[in-house]
Amino acid sequence: MVQCDCATQGTNAMSPDTAANSYRLGPDEWGHFGLYGGRYVAETLMPLISEVGAAYRNAKNDPAFHEEMGYFHKHYTGRPSPLYFAERLTAYLGGAKIYFKRDELNHTGSHKINNCLGQILLARRMGKTRIIAETGAGQHGVAAATVCARFDLPCTVYMGAVDIDRQAPNVFRMRLLGAEVKAVESGSRTLKDALNEALRDWVAHVHDTFYIIGTAAGPAPYPEMVRDFQCVIGDEARAQIMEAEGRLPDTVVACIGGGSNAIGLFHPFLDDPDVRIVGVEAAGRGLETGAHAASLAGGCPGVLHGNRTYLLQNEDGQITDAHSISAGLDYPGIGPEHAWLKDMGRADYVSATDAEALEAFQLCTRLEGIIPALEPAHALAWVVRTAPNLPRDHILVMNMCGRGDKDVFSVSEALGINL
Amino acid sequence: MSRIATRFAALRKVNRAAFVAFVSGGDPDFDTGLAILRRLVEAGADILEIGISFTDPMADGPTIQAGGARALAAGMNTKRIFDLVRAFRVEDNDTPVVLMGYFNPIYRYGTARFATDARAAGVDGLITVDLPPEEEDELRGPAEGAGLDIVRLVAPTTDEERLPLLLERASGFVYYVSIVGITGTRSPSMVDVEYAIARLRRFTDLPVAVGFGINTAEQAGAVARVADGAVVGSALVHEIGVGGSDMLDRVSVLARTLAHGVAGARA
Repeated sequence: MVQCDCATQGTNAMSPDTAANSYRLGPDEWGHFGLYGGRYVAETLMPLISEVGAAYRNAKNDPAFHEEMGYFHKHYTGRPSPLYFAERLTAYLGGAKIYFKRDELNHTGSHKINNCLGQILLARRMGKTRIIAETGAGQHGVAAATVCARFDLPCTVYMGAVDIDRQAPNVFRMRLLGAEVKAVESGSRTLKDALNEALRDWVAHVHDTFYIIGTAAGPAPYPEMVRDFQCVIGDEARAQIMEAEGRLPDTVVACIGGGSNAIGLFHPFLDDPDVRIVGVEAAGRGLETGAHAASLAGGCPGVLHGNRTYLLQNEDGQITDAHSISAGLDYPGIGPEHAWLKDMGRADYVSATDAEALEAFQLCTRLEGIIPALEPAHALAWVVRTAPNLPRDHILVMNMCGRGDKDVFSVSEALGINL
Repeated sequence: MSRIATRFAALRKVNRAAFVAFVSGGDPDFDTGLAILRRLVEAGADILEIGISFTDPMADGPTIQAGGARALAAGMNTKRIFDLVRAFRVEDNDTPVVLMGYFNPIYRYGTARFATDARAAGVDGLITVDLPPEEEDELRGPAEGAGLDIVRLVAPTTDEERLPLLLERASGFVYYVSIVGITGTRSPSMVDVEYAIARLRRFTDLPVAVGFGINTAEQAGAVARVADGAVVGSALVHEIGVGGSDMLDRVSVLARTLAHGVAGARA
């Protein structure tokens, strides 16, 4: 399908809010980040979405909620995650001083647990007795199934049939954890369809079910709520770099699919004008091929899954399929706050291809003894490309948001190696 | 008076409800889709609800999603939907046509252009499933300006605090979603529907149609006894999906049965 061309399409353009004193005040009361965000859902869900919003506001202001979350962060997830100076990668690239924020060391192996923990504690406060979730690569599904096991709530995870084939180990892991994994056969049978199916389940079970959305997207309050739960990454990194270097970093960088790990790292630095913020989208086989998942670089504004944001779509407003070697980035949309930050010019959004990510994946593994997930391997690819041209006193913090054990099969296949 | 208001007024005079028939526009292709619209009216449909297909119809069940996918595969898009309505209007200038869809295709088309082109094609009203009143300003202005009715969905989960917000700017008719769920998957409890309609009537004088889960003539009849309209979609779209050389005839037979169910309900 032909991708839409934003320059020639009417987008009912509204300019984003003029720069406020702070980039950290959003969203507004209705969940808007400038033009983006909002609550675009069927009427059946509207009252429920409002209920989740009210419950979240209440929890956010309740010290007991934060205390409970802090306890599980520390004793269950293993927070704080270290900020690690990647000495050998730094020496190899010969430029910027590179730090990894090591969220891949979290329980379940990625940043996803930060969000799942927050949401399940909220679900319990709301008296919900059943959890649903969507998953692409399976990392969010595993994290959701994990907290459901821990808090003894039944869990149904929707996963595209295509992804189920690609991610068999995670499917088994979810089932071991007691979750029911439902294959989604509609549409392109990937993450976006899993989201549709989860929303349909939710519409049909509004009274007892809580939907744990895996990224900082969806109808309000999810983008804000997921961001808040992931901000533990940036809050820790900020304190840790102050301790290690006595100053703020020059650049923070993270990969972006829906963008939850990135917004978690970025948000605490948004009002530090000297900190450059870089999000790395998945360029797949190359932006020019159309086979990519870079919604900001290759998409235009639209409405999907409850929010307005940049989407991969054709000129008729039909959603097109995303492609990335990383199943976790393989989504045709992006969290609305990133869409706003892009338009505001506060963050730079760049991209890395499948091939670049594969290179970076191998380099990091050999130099640092850390097998990154294919998702942060995209951020790493940008670091590998950029760091050599930066001065040695340039401090760069990259979010290592997931570990790569899950990806060894995809990588061996991409490298043409039979296991 | 708009076509929608005229039709409901005429039906009220003879004490019967409207049979509202839904199909995805251009399912399975443009020409057959046009023939289906004409057959539905011949068979007794009082109002046509034409779906604008979307790749990600989150409020629809598998039947209607499949219908939309067939239309998309046959090259339907927003412009072709208008062509379809225009072609239908050549022979029928009375039957109200309501477009039902999701916001993204409308947004990409441009809301102002959409409203103008829809009106020019002969569309009477819009149902935008995922555009709640809180987000609809950019469409409502152009739609009202073009004289299109904004048909609101009201759900079983909608409470009385929210109802006034939904009904304040509603026009044409109110569409009551009879089940907590997606299209074509469950059947409503008539006791609940009756109670809900009684509640709605305390808040609005607009006609109330009921849909999402009405599949048989019996169900349509039961709804027609208490509501001003019964909407059937998935059952018709299913027949289209089954296909075959007698598909048009089977759709006609089903539509006629449903129309009889509605027409005879208050007899």
